[in-house]
Amino acid sequence: MSRLEIITPNRAQTTVEKLYRDLERRIIASPPNLCPVDLAASFLKICRAQTCGKCVPCRIGLAQLEHLLEDVLDQKATMETIDLIERTASIIVQSADCAIGYEAADMVLKGVRGFREDYVEHVVTGRCTCSLNQPVPCVALCPAGVDIPGYIALVHAGRYADAVQLIRKDNPFPTACAFVCEHPCEARCRRNMIDASINIRGIKRYAVDHAGKVSAPVCAPATGKQVAVIGAGPGGLSTAYYLSLMGHSVTVYEKQPHLGGMLRYGIPSYRLPRERLWDDIEAILSTGVQVKTGVNVGKDIEISDLTGTYDAVYIAIGAHSDRKIGIPGENSRGVLSAVDMLRAIGNNVKSGFAGKTVVVIGGGNVAMDAARSAVRLGAEKVAIVYRRREEDMTALPEEVQGAANEGCRILCLQAPSRIEATEDGDVAALWVRPQIIGNMDSAGRPKPVDADMEERRIPCDLIVSAIGQSVEYGPFAEYGVPVSRGSIIAQSCARVDNIPNLFAGGDCVSGPATVIKAVAAGKVAAANIDNFLGYHHEITTDVVIPPANMDDRTPCGRVNLTERESDERKNDFDLMESGMTDQEAAQESSRCLRCDHFGYGVFKGGRAYRW
Amino acid sequence: MVTVTINHKAYEVEEGSTILDAAASVGIHIPTLCYLKGINEIGACRVCVVELAGKDKLVASCNNRVEEGMVVYTNSPRVREARRGIVELILSQHDCYCSTCVRSGNCGLQRIANDLGILDLPYQRELPVSEWNKRFPLIRDFSKCIKCMRCIQVCDEIQGMHIWDVANTGSRTTVDVTWNRKIEDSDCALCGQCITHCPVGALRERDDTEKAFAALADPDKITVVQIAPSVRAAWGEPFGLSREQATVKRLVAALRKMGFRYIFDTNFAADLTIMEEGSELLEKLGHPEAARFPMFTSCCPGWVRFIKSQYPDMVGNLSSAKSPQQMFGAVAKSYYAELLKVDPKQIYSISVMPCLAKKDECAQKVLNDAGAGQDVDLVLTTREIDRMIRAEHILVSELEEEEFDMPLGVGTGAAVIFGTTGGVMQAALRSAYYLATGENPDPDAFLEVGGMQGWKEANFRIADRTLRVAVVNGLGNARKLMESIRTGRTTYDFVEVMACPGGCAGGGGQPITDGMEFAQIRGEQLYELDKGNTLRFSHENPAVLGAYRDYFEKPLSERSHKLLHTKHKKWECPLSPYLDQDRSNEVY
Repeated sequence: MSRLEIITPNRAQTTVEKLYRDLERRIIASPPNLCPVDLAASFLKICRAQTCGKCVPCRIGLAQLEHLLEDVLDQKATMETIDLIERTASIIVQSADCAIGYEAADMVLKGVRGFREDYVEHVVTGRCTCSLNQPVPCVALCPAGVDIPGYIALVHAGRYADAVQLIRKDNPFPTACAFVCEHPCEARCRRNMIDASINIRGIKRYAVDHAGKVSAPVCAPATGKQVAVIGAGPGGLSTAYYLSLMGHSVTVYEKQPHLGGMLRYGIPSYRLPRERLWDDIEAILSTGVQVKTGVNVGKDIEISDLTGTYDAVYIAIGAHSDRKIGIPGENSRGVLSAVDMLRAIGNNVKSGFAGKTVVVIGGGNVAMDAARSAVRLGAEKVAIVYRRREEDMTALPEEVQGAANEGCRILCLQAPSRIEATEDGDVAALWVRPQIIGNMDSAGRPKPVDADMEERRIPCDLIVSAIGQSVEYGPFAEYGVPVSRGSIIAQSCARVDNIPNLFAGGDCVSGPATVIKAVAAGKVAAANIDNFLGYHHEITTDVVIPPANMDDRTPCGRVNLTERESDERKNDFDLMESGMTDQEAAQESSRCLRCDHFGYGVFKGGRAYRW
Repeated sequence: MVTVTINHKAYEVEEGSTILDAAASVGIHIPTLCYLKGINEIGACRVCVVELAGKDKLVASCNNRVEEGMVVYTNSPRVREARRGIVELILSQHDCYCSTCVRSGNCGLQRIANDLGILDLPYQRELPVSEWNKRFPLIRDFSKCIKCMRCIQVCDEIQGMHIWDVANTGSRTTVDVTWNRKIEDSDCALCGQCITHCPVGALRERDDTEKAFAALADPDKITVVQIAPSVRAAWGEPFGLSREQATVKRLVAALRKMGFRYIFDTNFAADLTIMEEGSELLEKLGHPEAARFPMFTSCCPGWVRFIKSQYPDMVGNLSSAKSPQQMFGAVAKSYYAELLKVDPKQIYSISVMPCLAKKDECAQKVLNDAGAGQDVDLVLTTREIDRMIRAEHILVSELEEEEFDMPLGVGTGAAVIFGTTGGVMQAALRSAYYLATGENPDPDAFLEVGGMQGWKEANFRIADRTLRVAVVNGLGNARKLMESIRTGRTTYDFVEVMACPGGCAGGGGQPITDGMEFAQIRGEQLYELDKGNTLRFSHENPAVLGAYRDYFEKPLSERSHKLLHTKHKKWECPLSPYLDQDRSNEVY
């Protein structure tokens, strides 16, 4: 033996390391709605294997806990068993020597408290409260339930127009979503079990880029019913589209001069080009939807006029108002909100930023949009100030990275404390208090706390606050629409209490969310308004989906979309992201595992042919 | 057509067909277990896996389709090893005490295990167990279930009842009653279609054969047995009898050999039903202001359970006439006891039915109108009577035909078609026509409401009015009908519903041949019996006329009302958990 040796992992160890990565990906791809007790028992089994065996609570306790959980699952338990699980876990949490023991037991403890009703159900009925309702992970996680395996197969078959038709059955914004959807569908993609999730949005982008002009389906015979939609955002226009297809006569009222809501007034055109947004809107309008722009409902026209004139009214006004930062100096000249800034850009007002030093406050996607728009408007310097760490930002990581690449400084762990103004009242600087990242909050997010450091001055000409949006529901509340905590209250079927023919949904009900959630709310509203009007129209498509191929699923990397180089793109509002090449689209679409056909999908459907 | 190579030989096969069907079309058999054509093509058991040249993974042949140039091996060493291993795995969680299983000799799993020559198992046995109410007419054995999911599919897709679903997730996944209910608290219609589509012995009827044997052995009991119309078209199947051989008269001989004292035909009661129900219909048509339309037939207890649990507000549309089984039971313990000059309490009334719901019907507390206990004491399914014949070691092929006892052994052709969809309607129309016009119609004038279609409708001119009728079979179709009626899309005067696809011929108590649907062929046999009968009209049944003359006076008389009609609202049945939900979308 030498005195010291370089340690190289043996084959077993490297294999195990690889298995750890396999398991991590597998957990990512875990389908929703699995039995939590079964999962807890399974996690415990991993924890048992991790114990070093030195201490009693961990070595013996975890094993006994696992037996008790198995008893619950095997219908051998009583209510006392649940108490014993809780007591044993609690003992281990308190007495184990290291985290391997106490954290393992804490997972059990969280479970027995967090989903106790499921433990009880197992004891009482011998069954679980959970069941797999939507077996296709991507479809299950898409708020609008878009037939993702279906359109990926169509893209693979080169049938791009059919892919667009299929998407439109559930989402009339295939193009907008191809550019800006937050793609919750990709989160638990089963392909993670093999390599990585499918680039679903990228494939959709390829479909809309290659489909050409796709006509909307033919509308059902006219019903003579009239519906008003307030707000021409993705939610309002989705409702209008489906109701129009169902044969109802729809009029959309929009406050702004242009249609699209946040798709135009919130999302900069370098992410979603105007003419591409128009692809979707044009198809929607082609169904006969009438629009009245520049009409502020509640001001230019009474709400009661609408509810009195129309058979049904859908409120989809979104969340277009800003939130105050709440620091001294906020009313100085040069402090503006991101929503105001982006709305002005949406109305083609692009002045006021050239040569300026701009500070954006916030860590969400809107903050990134504001910062990157400021760069494009010719700002000299742009900084993004955020209270927490970069990894805590709610913006997509690629957005943050994109902003940084375009020259935005990312100033993390800086809490705005006050705004310094000149004697004339113009912004001079933002003062920030440095933070240290602290303990986790109840949601598992670390809280920033003041660091032992001096306040810091960030000189600037303009301050853009991007710390959230709110709903302008004033006139609606006055009319009698119930509101609470900054939002309109509507039922899950979109109905508004007290006013029979009034419906509401999207951001104005849920608070600021995503395009696809607004679309989903629009679908719900359309279906229930149709029912309310006394009909049962169905939205469907005759697109036939190609059969699944039986190729082996060889591990293969995921194709990511590329962007124009930062030095070039930061100078204009032209589209930033490049679509897949033909070769990339063919490969990426072939990676889909067709969960609609293989596994549970073929049994429990996974495909809604109509709604 | 596409060209595929199967087991080294090239074939032209139908484009778009499954590998399984393509192979079958050229005479190559691939074994299956969970597969049920058109109903369950989910590749769950993996017994049907095949090898595709150049692919590492084996694929299920039941739900993957042939492609041009595909090279398939249905029995390669890899396939054989996997298939055998898969069956061994299934057996490790299956109660393999085949000798005490109702499906022994008629079991998909037993057959594939035997075919593969599996003689021992390398795996630990772990039998899932769970409680079940053994008093309920439908019994599920968790330790025999192979999770093929057929029962779920049949209940969801054909019957639309959603009684069964996957319970739990993970490796403890099983099948159980939805909403974590107990079966007795569920709105199961007891159609028994899950049983007749189960490949193994996980689902069966409550076995009442021992009770029947005990009654036969009891010297104080006078056993009176009735044989339902559709039983005669099916009972011989498990014995390998040809349809020509398996006559009802041979069944009568078997029952007599077993010691049943009086052997009668439910057809008698079916004719009686037509007299009562037909008269009720005419009365309602004559006084529409006091009636609810459409009037629904009430012969099928699966359908009656369905309407009570799914559309309780429409129970008033049911004909108040009892089903033939229950009419027979009431007659046996009243009129017939009088004829025999015995105390009705001595009579033990047994019926042989194609049906599980009949077991629930006879136990309804209110169906004791003859005042001598339940009007029908015991219901045996066709399968149970077949098992009793086996238990008695009767060689049915060697039996001489024997006649029913009299007078309740007389039935018309109109009665025998009660056993198939459209039959009740036709029988009713034949007599309604007569009652309304005083003339007999052509007995085949109403044939268009027969046949296997799920939902048939027709208009018939009777006397001075047009009667709008519909005939529905299968509960999925029944729901479509109900939603259609409720939303005003269709309007009928009289509607026949049978819960099982094809009617009683396809009943949940009928013999099982895995993968085969015999409802149509049995139904056709019943139509043949109708055609061959010299009596084609219920109102010409001499025994029925005799019963009216000597006992009931006339249809809808006071005595008829007491014995032959019922108050449906007094029946007990759990309600559907979906009652407050709009299900109209499901069916359009």
